[in-house]
Formats: sequence, structure tokens, C-alpha cells
Amino acid sequence: MGSITVAGLGKAYKQYASRWARLAEWLIPFSKQRHTYKWVLQDISFAIQPGEAVGIVGINGAGKSTLLKMITGTTQPTSGSVQVHGRLAALLELGMGFHPDFTGRQNAIMSGQLLGMTAQEVEQLMPEIEAFAEIGDYIDQPVRVYSSGMQMRLAFSVATAKRPDILIVDEALSVGDSYFQHKSFERIRAFGELGTTLLIVSHDKNSIQSICNRAILLDAGRLSMEGPPDAVMDYYNALLAERGNSTVRRTVNDQGKVQTISGTGEATIEDIGIFNEQGDRLEVVNVGQTIKLIVDVLAKQDLPELVLGYVIKDRLGQAVYGTNTHHLNDKLEQIDAGTRLSYRFTFPANLGVGSYSVSVALHTADTHISQNYEWRDLAVVFNVVNVDKSNFVGVTWLPPQMECKR
Amino acid sequence: MRMFAALWGYRGFIFESVKREFQSQYTNAMLGAVWTIIKPLSMIVVYTVIFSQIMKAKLPGVDSKFAYSIYLCAGVLTWGLFTETVSRLQNVFLEQANLLKKISFPRMSLPVIVVTNALVNFAIIFSLFTLFLVFSGYFPGVVYLGIIPVLVIQTLFTVGLGVTLGVLNVFFRDVGQFFTVALQFWFWLTPVVYPINILPAKVQSALQYNPMTILITSYQQILVSGQWPAWHSLWPVAVVAILLCLWGLRLFRQHAGEMVDEL
Repeated sequence: MGSITVAGLGKAYKQYASRWARLAEWLIPFSKQRHTYKWVLQDISFAIQPGEAVGIVGINGAGKSTLLKMITGTTQPTSGSVQVHGRLAALLELGMGFHPDFTGRQNAIMSGQLLGMTAQEVEQLMPEIEAFAEIGDYIDQPVRVYSSGMQMRLAFSVATAKRPDILIVDEALSVGDSYFQHKSFERIRAFGELGTTLLIVSHDKNSIQSICNRAILLDAGRLSMEGPPDAVMDYYNALLAERGNSTVRRTVNDQGKVQTISGTGEATIEDIGIFNEQGDRLEVVNVGQTIKLIVDVLAKQDLPELVLGYVIKDRLGQAVYGTNTHHLNDKLEQIDAGTRLSYRFTFPANLGVGSYSVSVALHTADTHISQNYEWRDLAVVFNVVNVDKSNFVGVTWLPPQMECKR
Repeated sequence: MRMFAALWGYRGFIFESVKREFQSQYTNAMLGAVWTIIKPLSMIVVYTVIFSQIMKAKLPGVDSKFAYSIYLCAGVLTWGLFTETVSRLQNVFLEQANLLKKISFPRMSLPVIVVTNALVNFAIIFSLFTLFLVFSGYFPGVVYLGIIPVLVIQTLFTVGLGVTLGVLNVFFRDVGQFFTVALQFWFWLTPVVYPINILPAKVQSALQYNPMTILITSYQQILVSGQWPAWHSLWPVAVVAILLCLWGLRLFRQHAGEMVDEL
């Protein structure tokens, strides 16, 4: 139970030149085809075994939602087939079919039935649903007085009241406040551990990587990569970065100031990454964790002088910290062509929760203005998460020693 | 067959939806279910006053105080069931677009809910009308049972027509607009408020090609004259109704997938 087999799946929308063309095609027997197909998804094949957790990633419009809709059966495929074994529950649209004039309890029963349960089943599960939703006495109030978060809580609780064989989640991880988000995420994870097959669409790298054991990347309606989540996410990020940079490049060129990858090219960065002390490449970093920024540099020509600088920027592009080997009093001189250098910067990631990028530059003197060999924006992107520290806000971690006298 | 099995599986949902729709119609209205009665009653009062009092219409052969009112009720109530069902069926897929697009469930349950709901409303008002017949002494006796087969044929005809229009309306919105207009003409081309024999013989025979004429006159015959309906004239209507149902079903099955893309 709980397997999904997708073979040669494709979805196309019929496009008619006009409404009259459709009418003509309907009414005139044996007439020629008057529509063209607009393919949004083509040649998708994969199999998901029972108990697997698979993440689907892709930029907006890549066809993720269409794929899920075909798996749940809302939309019919144009070509290929989908085979689903086991009871399937989808967290695609929470709160569908809620009627504002009826109480939470009545709506819970109704939407449970819409999901294929019987009224008795829902009633039996009702205490659990109430307990999980934690909306208290509101359960017997009409849904129109609910906040949207409360509606989501109830809808999620109903949709996941019974453990399905297959659970499909589309961005629904962001239900309600962060407390409930964690709670709902925990429930999904627990289902996975109990053997439910999970299919998750998310842009959130953390949730994909922490829960999935396989990922599928869709690009422009085709399956472009399938494999371990970290590999797929890296590739996905590269795709994203490519897109991001190309737009940045256009806007920046007008001002003629900074280029995403620029420089004269006498030296180049071969690899850059953030690693933990054991030497594993990281994308997610705990607050305060000791990390290493490793930059491999190749000198393509003889260089009189080489300085490497880097800046850590927050998601808005504000510099959080930056330095270079000139300031660190470690600039190199007289480097022969073909020399490979590996720089390591070890520091505690005393950063706030969020997404950060690292820009690096190879140049001479104390800035890259005089001679810039290579400059790279967004060379590494990483996320900082707070695993074991007390909650705090901001972009830096400045743990205080607290005293309170009275 | 698979479709009916799926519908059966969702019978709880269908039942609950009918109940909910019925409740939601009236929960926020102070007079509640009374409105179900007031609407056709006002129509009957208007026609009774205009036709029997102002225009002095008399039913040939029947000469009593209530005869015209009963005649009107027999036609207006059943015609009301027909129009209510068809007009709601032709919009049901458009109205429930969100549900159809987002959730996988037997789509046929939507028309079933609409039809059941209309039949429940009809049952309420028609039983009140029956009570009136019993107490006023105009109850036709065992002939009353003749209503059942006529009602079955009418429902089949309505469902066939309604589902066909409902599917077409998703792709061509003109269908809905057109049918609303057509319904106006249809009403006056059916002897609901006037007796058919006031028309010229030529028009009378032309109206026999209107299935609703046959259905409505059957009700009138049962309730006003206390006679069994003319079964031989009902057979062709039954055949048309069944063909229309099959046609509607076929259209629905062919285009159900495309429909979701279009909504």
C-alpha cells in the first residue's frame, strides 16, 4: 500500500482560436482538429515506493501543482498514466468546502466526508481533531467568526485526522502561526515514520532535506533531475542562481557598476563552500556552529600580488561581515601561473536565523578597485537555523550573560 | 457503473450537503422554511386573481370555486420544480468550480445534490398542497398515485436536460443566458396558467410536441379532473427523457476532464 507509479505523464491544455472554433469542432462530425495543445507537463515518469518520502521542487510554473493534481485525480492527464495504490490524502487546498454559517464541528464532518470518510468515522475522530486544532470553544461557533489561522488549524486537523497511505503536501507546511507550523510538520514527519508515503512540494530547502529521502526537480514541465535531496537542491539552487543573476546582470549593467561575476580573469575561483569541522559541505548551519569557508583558487597567470576577500550578506544583501587577506595581513606575492591555493576561514557562525550569501573577490591591494581578478556574488548561499539556542531576533548572535539583582 | 458505485460511496456527503444546503437557505432568514411556501403561493395568488377574477377564465367542464386554483397549483408547482432544477443544474459546475478544481471526488454528486434538494423543497410544498386537497374535499383518491410515474419521467427529463446544459455552459457561457430566455417562452408555450383548449386546434396539436405540455397536463388531469393520465402520450416523453439522460451522461463523461481545465 502507498505506492505511486507515474508513467509518461503529460498534461496539455487545449487552446482554441476562438469559442466558435470549439463549437465547430463539437458540432461538425469528422471535422479537422481546431485546437492546439499547450503542454505544461511532458514525459514525467517516476515510481514512489511505499514508505518513501519524496520532495518535488521547481520554480513557479514548472508544473508541480499540475503534477500533484493529476496524482490526486482532480485533473486528468492528457497522456500517460498515474497509478496510485492506497488511501491518498492531499493537503493541497485546506478548508475547501467550509461553509461560513456552520459550526466548526459541522464543517469538520462535512469536509471529512468530502475527503472520503464517513460521518461516523469523523465523529469518532472528533475528540482528536479538536485536541489537535486547539481552537477551544470555537469548535461550536460558526466558521465565519474564525480567524484564517483557526480555519487552517481545523482544516489541517481534519485532513490529517486519519493516517493515510499516501500524503501529498503542497506548501501547506505554512499553516497558521509558527507554533502550529511546527506541530503540523511534526505530524507529517510522524506519519512518514509510521509508513505513510510522503510527497511534498516545497520551496523550503530545510523541510525537503530534513524529511525527504529523494527529490525530483521539475523544470519547464519536464523532469530535469531525480536523486538525493541535497544533490537536487544544489542543482535547483544553481538553476535559481542562474536565473537570479541574469536578471541582476541586466539591471546592473545599466549603471555599469558591479557585475555578478566580473574580473579580468588572471585568477579564478574553482570551488567555494561552507563546511563543518568534519569537512562536510553545509547548506544549513546552526547558530554559533563553527564553520569553515573554503575557497579554492587557481592562478592562471603570474600574479604580483593576490588578496582574497569575502563578504557575508543577509538575504537583503546587507553586508553582515566582510574582510580580506590584506586586512588579515596575509596577502600573497609573486604567484606563478598554475598555482592552486586553498583558503580556509574558520569562524563561529554567530548569525541570526535566516538566509545568507557569501560574495568573494580576488584582487590586489586592500580593495578590488585597482585590480580585480574575479568577483563573485552569491558564490555560496546558506541558511542559519536555530537548533539549540534560546529564541532571539536579528542577524547576529550576541549571547549575553544575564544577571538580575533585586 | 463505476460512477454509481462512487456516488454510493459518497452518499453520506450527498445527504449531508442536501441537509446543509436546506439549512443554509433558511438559517439566516427569520421566516425560515416559510419562504419555500410563500414564493409559489404568491405566484398562484397572482395568477388566480388575474386569470379567474379579472380575465374571468373558466375551466371548461369544471365549475367550482377552487377548480382554477387547483389547476394552477398542479401546473405552477410542478413547473416550478422543473425550472428550479434545470436552472440550478446548468450553473452547478460553474458555481462549484473551486471544489471541482481542487478536490477529487465523484463529480456527479453535485447534480445529485441539486436535484435532491429541489425534490425536497418540492415535497414540502406539494404535501401542503395535498393537505389542502384533502381538507377541501378535492382529493382525487387513488388516481393521486398517478403523479408518481409522471414525476419520475419529469425528473429524468429535467436531469438529462440540466446536465447537458450544465456541461455545455462550462464551455459556452451563452448557453446559460440563452436558456434563461428560452425558459420564458417555454413557460407560455406550456399550458401552466391557461387551459390548453382555449387555444386554436392547430396550436394545440403543435404544443403536443412539447414534453412539458404532456407532463403538466397529466398533473392537471390527475388533480383537477381526477382522471388517470393518458399513458400512451407519456411513453414518448419517457423515451425522450431517457435518451436525454444518456446523452447528458455521455457528454459529462466525455468532457468532465476538460471541464476542470476550462473552469
